[in-house]
This record gives sequence, C-alpha cells and structure tokens, in this order.
Amino acid sequence: MLSRTADNLYWLSRYVERAEYLARILDATQRLQALPLAYVGTSNEWESAVATAGCATAFFKLYDEANEANVTDFLAFSSANSSSIRSCFELARGNARAVRTALTMEMWDAINGTWLELKRFGNGPTSREEFSRFLRWVQESSLRFDGSAYRTMLRNDAYWFSRLGVYIERADNTARILDVKYHLLLPENERIGGPLDYFQWAAILRSVSALTAYHWVYRDSLKPWLVADLLILRDEMPRSLASCYEATVRNLDAIAGAYNRQGPAQRQARGIRTRLQNSRMDGIFQRGLHEFIGEFIVENNRLGALVTEQFLT
Amino acid sequence: MFAAFDEMKGHNGDVRPAYAELSRWLTEVPPDVLDYRRREAELIFRRIGITFAVYGEADAQERLIPFDVIPRIMSGAEWRIVENGLLQRVNALNAFIKDVYSTREILRAGVVPDDLVFRNPAFRPEMSRQKVPHDIYVHIAGIDVVRVDAETFYVLEDNARTPSGVSYMLENREIMMRLFPELFSRHRIAPVENYPDELLATLTSVAPSSASRDPNVVLLTPGVFNSAYYEHSFLADKLGVELVEGRDLFVKDEVVYMRTTQGPQRVDVIYRRIDDDFLDPLTFRPDSALGVPGLMSAYQAGNVTLANAVGTGIADDKAIYSFMPAIVDFYLGEEPLLKTVPTWRCREEEHLAYVLDNLHELVVKEVHGSGGFGMLIGPTASKVALEQFRAKLKTSPKNFIAQPTLALSTCPTCVEQGVAPRHVDLRPFVLTGRNRVRIVPGGLTRVALKEGSLVVNSSQGGGTKDTWVLDG
Repeated sequence: MLSRTADNLYWLSRYVERAEYLARILDATQRLQALPLAYVGTSNEWESAVATAGCATAFFKLYDEANEANVTDFLAFSSANSSSIRSCFELARGNARAVRTALTMEMWDAINGTWLELKRFGNGPTSREEFSRFLRWVQESSLRFDGSAYRTMLRNDAYWFSRLGVYIERADNTARILDVKYHLLLPENERIGGPLDYFQWAAILRSVSALTAYHWVYRDSLKPWLVADLLILRDEMPRSLASCYEATVRNLDAIAGAYNRQGPAQRQARGIRTRLQNSRMDGIFQRGLHEFIGEFIVENNRLGALVTEQFLT
Repeated sequence: MFAAFDEMKGHNGDVRPAYAELSRWLTEVPPDVLDYRRREAELIFRRIGITFAVYGEADAQERLIPFDVIPRIMSGAEWRIVENGLLQRVNALNAFIKDVYSTREILRAGVVPDDLVFRNPAFRPEMSRQKVPHDIYVHIAGIDVVRVDAETFYVLEDNARTPSGVSYMLENREIMMRLFPELFSRHRIAPVENYPDELLATLTSVAPSSASRDPNVVLLTPGVFNSAYYEHSFLADKLGVELVEGRDLFVKDEVVYMRTTQGPQRVDVIYRRIDDDFLDPLTFRPDSALGVPGLMSAYQAGNVTLANAVGTGIADDKAIYSFMPAIVDFYLGEEPLLKTVPTWRCREEEHLAYVLDNLHELVVKEVHGSGGFGMLIGPTASKVALEQFRAKLKTSPKNFIAQPTLALSTCPTCVEQGVAPRHVDLRPFVLTGRNRVRIVPGGLTRVALKEGSLVVNSSQGGGTKDTWVLDG
C-alpha cells in the first residue's frame, strides 16, 4: 500500500485514541476537584492534568494559571492546541478524508459523524452537566470508531497500521500518567503523604478505565504498588504497557509476515516487549520507577520514529 | 422568454411515452413525501461526504450539490441518437488532436486557422511528434449535450481535459434505488454501475507496451483541497487503484514509481485529475507542488501512459468548438449527428460587430472559461451587466465567443411550490480505449433550479438528477 495511506491510517487511529485519553483525564480531574480539600491535598489537579496530557509548555505559553476554565478549554476545545480533543477529531477526520478508499464505510461514518457532531458543542459547553455529556460523547465516539475498525476492516496491512497507531499512542498515554503521578505510586515506606492519596489512585485508574478491573485482578483494596503493577506489567489489562506491547509486536509481526521482511521497527518493539516481560515490580521500584517510565517514553517514541522511517515515508 | 421543449409534456402538453409511468406516479405521490425523500437524500449525501468545494467562497469548503429526486428519462431510441453522435464526436476530437501534434493537415488545408492552435495556451509544443499508445489522446471525455426538441441535440461544450461529475451519476442512481424502489420496479432502466469496470478496462488497454500483463494503474489527485476530491477518492475506490498525490510518486531513470510500505513500485498508467500545467514542475509551472518532477520525461520516453494525454485542451477550447462541424467533416467525411451551436468568434471583426449589436439576445462566454463563471446571458442580464460586458468585449475581443440563447429543454423538478419544469443539460462520459469506445447509457443530468435560469453549473446553484435510459 501507499506509504502515505499507511501514514494517514496510523495517525487517524492515534488521534482518536488521544481524544479519548484526554476525555478520561478531564473526567478524572473533575472528580478529584469535587472532593473536599482534606481528601486530596492542595496540589493543583488542573496543572497536573495539563502535564499528564503532555502539553504543559504549550499551555503556559498561553495562560499564566492552570484552573478549571483554562484547562478544560485548552484540552478540550482550543484550536490553538494541536492536541486538544477538538483538534484531534479534526486531524483524525482530515486523515480519514485523505484515505477514504482505505476505510470501510462504517469507519468513515463513525469519524465523519463525530466531526459533524463536534460542531454541536460550539466553543465549549455552558454548564458542567453539558461538559460531562461532552466527555462521555468523546469516549463513545472513540469506542464507536475503534469498534467499527475492529469489526469491519480486512485483516491486511491497512488494519495492522491502524492498530499500530492505537497501541503506540495508548502506551504513550499510560506512560505519561505514570510519569506525572509516579510519586503517588511508590511503595509505602518511601512515600510522603498518607491515605489521602487513595482518591488519587482511584483517579489514575479511572483515567485508564481500570478501576473495576483493579478489583477483579487483585481482589484487594487500592495499593499504590499494585496500581503500578496493573498499569505496567499486567498482560490482561488492555491499557497496560505490557498489553500495548504484546499487541504492537503482534501487529508488526503480521506486517513483517505479509511483506516477508523484518526491520528495525520489529526489532525495537520486540526489545521493549522483552524488557517488560523480564521485569518485576520490586525490581522496577529498586531501579527507580520514574527512571523506568522515563526510559519507556523515550523508547516508545523511538519505535514511532522507526515505524515512520521504515514504512510511512 | 421562449417556449422550451418539456421532456415530459413536449411542446403541446401531452405526456410523452417515456414519461408515462413517472407522470402517473407524480400524481399518486403526496408532495410532502417527495420533500421528505429529498431531505433524506441530502442526509445520506452529507453522511457519505459527497461534497464539493467552490473556490473563492471562504466558508464553503464542503458543500452539497442539490439533488433532485425526480429522474430525467430518455427512451432507448432517443439515447441512440445521442450515443451515435458522441461516438462520432469523440473520434473526430481524437483525430484532430493527433493531427495537430503530428502532420497538421487540417491547418495546411486551411480548415482551422493556425493561430487558433499555436497561440492557444492549451497547445503543448512538448507533444509535437510525440507518440501516444494507440493514438488515443482523450480517453475520458465529458461532452455536454443539450436538447431543444424531440430529436435535436446540440453539443454545448467538449470537455477533453479532466471532466468531472461521474461520481454523481453513480451515486445518484444508488440513492434513487434506495429511496424509490417502487418507482424502479415500474421501469426497465439501463444500468450505469458498470462504469468503473469500463473505465479500468479502458485505462489498462492503453498501458505502455513495456508494462506487465497486469499494469499498475493509479489515480493522481491534486489532494483533499481540490473541489472534486470526493470524486477522485470515490473513483479510486471503485476502480480498486491507489489514489496518489504528486508526493507519492517519483521518477527514476525515466520510470515512474510510487512510494509504498514495501518500497518503490512501478506505475504504468496514470489517470490524472490534475491539469497539464501542474503535472511536472520541470516542464510546466515550476511553482507547482502538486506534480511529479520528471514525469514528462518518463511520459515522453513511453514508460508511462497519462490519461488524458497532455495537450488535449487544444480540442475543448470554445473557439475551436465553433469549427467542430468542419473538423468532423475533415476527418470522417460525415455530417455531425449532434449539432454545434452557431458561434460568433469575437476575435473576428465582423463577428464582434454582430455580437455588440445583438448582445441582449446572446450568450457570451470566455474562450477558456469554465464552471459557468464570467458568462453573460443576454436576455436575462441587467442593463449594467450588458454595458460591462460590452466594454470587456471591446478591450479583449479574443477572449470571448458568443452564441444565440438556446431554449434548453426542461424536466419536471421538485421546487418549493411543488413540481415544476426546470432547464437541464446532460453530460455523458465517453471512454476511448484500444479498439473500443465505451459509453454507459445516460450520464449526469444537471438542472438549473432557479426558475427560468439556464445556468446548470453546480457552482452557480445548479443541481443534479438521476438519468434513466429506458428499454426500447
């Protein structure tokens, strides 16, 4: 297939995935904000939301202060932010339009419908209720797109490249949450703070839609190191780094099989996967959780660059 | 203004046979159902994304072309008149272009004046003595035909470069079948859905001799910002070929390749929907970012086929148009089956004088214009507009031609007050491949939705209709 087509499919999926992630962050932050100060401490959750979205630098170029109004506008509706939910959907639809022929009717319908509906929300909702509805709508739109891709696409390179976009983006998103919140997840004796953090942990899980999953996997109350374990090493947790890399390797292997050629992207993905498989949580804490996550983000970005170089240009 | 021929009721008001069922159906179906269906169709078009852009309108990046749910109907016999005329017309166009770029007999015979060719901006000296596969230049032609009575058809315009609109022909039919299955069951209608297959067969039949048995065909688009982008992606999809932009292609050793996820892949035939000027910055406009550097060298080496060929614009010029009867006679020795509208070429002094004296009765067009822009319709124009045009004609007469205002036929059309006659034209698509010309019955009917209006262009508020060619 055309490199440009593969590139558009890859980014189409990435942008939709990113939009959903942003909606989850905003949702989780809103919930934290609604708790009494005594439960969550005095940290600025809106600032942390901007950091988790990975656009703190861009944000503070435009605003002096991170508060609810600024941050929701910036992350959800701003067209000055190329990674706002609105921009993500617009870019996704732009990519979709450029590769109409590679999409199934259902996928096009999902993303084009989302883009048409986006206009309904204008420049942002007028009330909290409406904003909540907006966030739910974003998540549903992403689910609908993802579901139509999964259910209607031929299993060929077009499908694999679009999946690759989903998993590389998802891994990056999960890693960013960990990067910003790592201090909350350190083992008990190393932590400053106290049971106050309970709601923070819940918020982290919520932003990767894993709060219920946690209880099913551990049958235990929230423990920070288990939250880290779930998000990093657990294969069965669909947003964990391990699970993202299981899928990344699988899709890259499918491409290699079809093209009869292994390349640097395949080797890089397999390397990351092996490292995750060989790691245990206590080892990661020993070497430093923050360093581990930092390295992962760099390596994941490198995979993105290698995929681009090997296939998309 | 004048009594137009109505395709349903003729000149005298009796329903013509082809429209018998439709006319009965129109009396049965309540008006609000028609309106409801129209809105349903619009919704479907919007969801599928069948849109076009009007250049120069900032806010209208994606607009819908209004779709009229009442089909236009032709009997098989009527269609055969048009079909034979189209075959003849396209044969003559190809012969003319070949001649212009090779021995130029028609110029030496004095049938067409030299300077109309050599001073024509659409003339491409690069094509002189250039061989093209099977001597075919216009692989895809869109010939605009209008009708003035039961058996007289005129060609209004030949589109020999990159005619568009065929996606509307196909989608209109799909939508009609979805919305009015019952009406379909009362007729026997020639299908159009095989157009993409015919197009692909045409394109592969003209692959260079060096191509493999299964030539690689691509569709070259200027990109998403082009007004016809939807059509480009639609056609690529139906053809099952890659939709490429200039940046997806490159030329090495006079061979064209496309960049794929598995490395470079050779390209044999390019169905290009991009004008000559933008094809290759090394040969034509150096500022074009849409084309492929070196493409002309690969083309001239015979390693890739361009459809349509470079330089076909020489044949769809409005001044050349006026010579078409002579051109048909010169190459085929035949009487034209489709008429040519008498045309005054304002470049000629006597013609100009006539045009200036009779401006209020004439249609004046720019020689190189398209899309219905820069056009004057004398009988409906305001005094001010007439005077403005008079001035333009005097300063640059060469840029204009003038024609009598034709009484275009009308068809029943849904309008706000119900169903009323509106003027229509027809753009059939003619495919010319090795040893074969293919025409799918019908074409795209465009309708001027404003009462009395003769301008059917989508950029000027025109709509489209499904076109039915019946058995017998």
